[in-house]
Amino acid sequence: MSTIVVVGDIASQPDGSTMISKSSLCAIQAAGEFAATTGGGAVHLLLIGQGAHSAAARLSGSTVAKVYWYDAPAVARYRAPTYASVVVAAMKQIGADTLFCGASSTGKDLAPCVAALLDAGQASDIIGVNPDGTLRRPMYAGDVIADVEITTAAKVVTVRASAFAPAPTSGGAALVEELLSVGELPERGEVVGYELSASERPELSSAAVVVSGGRAVGSAENFEKVIYPLADVLGAAVGASRAAVDSGYAPNDWQVGQTGKVVAPQLYVAVGISGAIQHLAGMKDSKVIVAINKDPEAPIFEVATYGLVADLFEATPALTTAIQGVKG
Amino acid sequence: MKILVPIKRVPDYAVKVKVAADGSRIETDGIKWIANPFDEIAVEEALRLKEAGVATEVVVVTIGPEAAEQQLRYGMAMGADSGLHVVFNDELDSDLASRVLAAVASRGDYPLIILGKQSIDSDANQTGQLLAMRLNRSIATFASRLTVEGGAAVVTREVDGGLETVRIPLPAVVTTDLRLNEPRYASLPGIMKAKKKPVEQLTLEQLSVSPTTAVRIRRLSLPPKRGAGRKVADVAELVRVLQEEAKVL
Repeated sequence: MSTIVVVGDIASQPDGSTMISKSSLCAIQAAGEFAATTGGGAVHLLLIGQGAHSAAARLSGSTVAKVYWYDAPAVARYRAPTYASVVVAAMKQIGADTLFCGASSTGKDLAPCVAALLDAGQASDIIGVNPDGTLRRPMYAGDVIADVEITTAAKVVTVRASAFAPAPTSGGAALVEELLSVGELPERGEVVGYELSASERPELSSAAVVVSGGRAVGSAENFEKVIYPLADVLGAAVGASRAAVDSGYAPNDWQVGQTGKVVAPQLYVAVGISGAIQHLAGMKDSKVIVAINKDPEAPIFEVATYGLVADLFEATPALTTAIQGVKG
Repeated sequence: MKILVPIKRVPDYAVKVKVAADGSRIETDGIKWIANPFDEIAVEEALRLKEAGVATEVVVVTIGPEAAEQQLRYGMAMGADSGLHVVFNDELDSDLASRVLAAVASRGDYPLIILGKQSIDSDANQTGQLLAMRLNRSIATFASRLTVEGGAAVVTREVDGGLETVRIPLPAVVTTDLRLNEPRYASLPGIMKAKKKPVEQLTLEQLSVSPTTAVRIRRLSLPPKRGAGRKVADVAELVRVLQEEAKVL
């Protein structure tokens, strides 16, 4: 039986309030599945940093056993070594041997730091929990799936959000509790700047619909003119190929691919994306894939459910208008 | 200041790897091997710091079979000064790699270690962080910009939501993201020179590192294939199938 702590990311809302990120709810779901394979240990949630208390207070209906929160000046800004020490202190107090977190940029950064402190093995970016307790994870840009076993007593797991449903936030009865003592925290550096690419759109890695643009979109202005309106009528998150991000058409955190975000929405619309292996690794598990590209030989058509060979500058606005008509 | 750059030997990203029939391993026969592209970016960044007068020497290190010397030589052909080759033929996971690299780093004086944020074979994204924690160093992952000034590294990181800039005291470990730089190609004179650069071979025994792993691969398989899709004639047909067949509108 393993006792699991899930570390959640805190997402700021447009109204200034805070709540747990959707991808962290997916990590809770995965942790529950893993706990079940070990004979049913408890799953707890830990929120750290600014807004942790109010985000935790919203989760009294969560199905986890306890929601712990910790906020102090030392953790106002995320820094991996500092947060890792808080996580380890919490795990010791709770008696937990396993850490789960979403494979967000924070989770990817933080998890191995905790693993090093606990001498734990880590399975990264899991997409499934097998009945025998092994964990499924992609390797080689998703060309190969590995079933892995963490052989150390302490275990660390990061979870690919798109592969799990979010855990419910109502129907349970979680105790919300402040984490009181975390001991001395290391500093090792400070955050000196932050450039937000603010967006009111859904979180890319857990969105139900994603519209992505590639190099053929041609410019940041064209992204605004062609991609955004389609995303707006679909209530979609916006993504981009590596080439589009490298060319400065879209911010870096919109990159969909092996080394960027991995998405698996109900609907993925690829506009002007040729479909490099690297990009396919980030979206080929989407339920329905639509590709618009003027090159009929583009590799994207090999994974597309529906392919439209057309000039994206004509087809995309036409599609936007048509969908608007359908949706009323 | 000396900079240490770990390089991993990985299958070429343009090659689709095959799984052995019993699911125990990757078929490596006839595979083309390259230096992990993120590590190439790390070599490039170290060389630029040397060219800018910040660093005095760039040392590349790899852990792998005899043949992995090719990837070390590639790093030296780009311009690294010397190589360390930890010869190891068994299974390597991030945990073991980080313990080996920590032992290697402790034998020298490397205020800065730069390496790829992940290798494109295991896609684990762990080694840099594990290494920093084992060495009690500062860490900045996913770097898209790096400067070194006054005993600190200023690193702009690619994170969800934008870019974050951190200032971390040296000694430090920095992991590279895609947009840190565009690595140079190894020139022909560079390749010729690299043949004469010194490579020191080491073993895990010499480093007092036990060859255990923390994560064991039990089975490998291929992902489920997508059903074949089809082309639609125009936007009207596309909207119709999205509505009626796929039911996603």
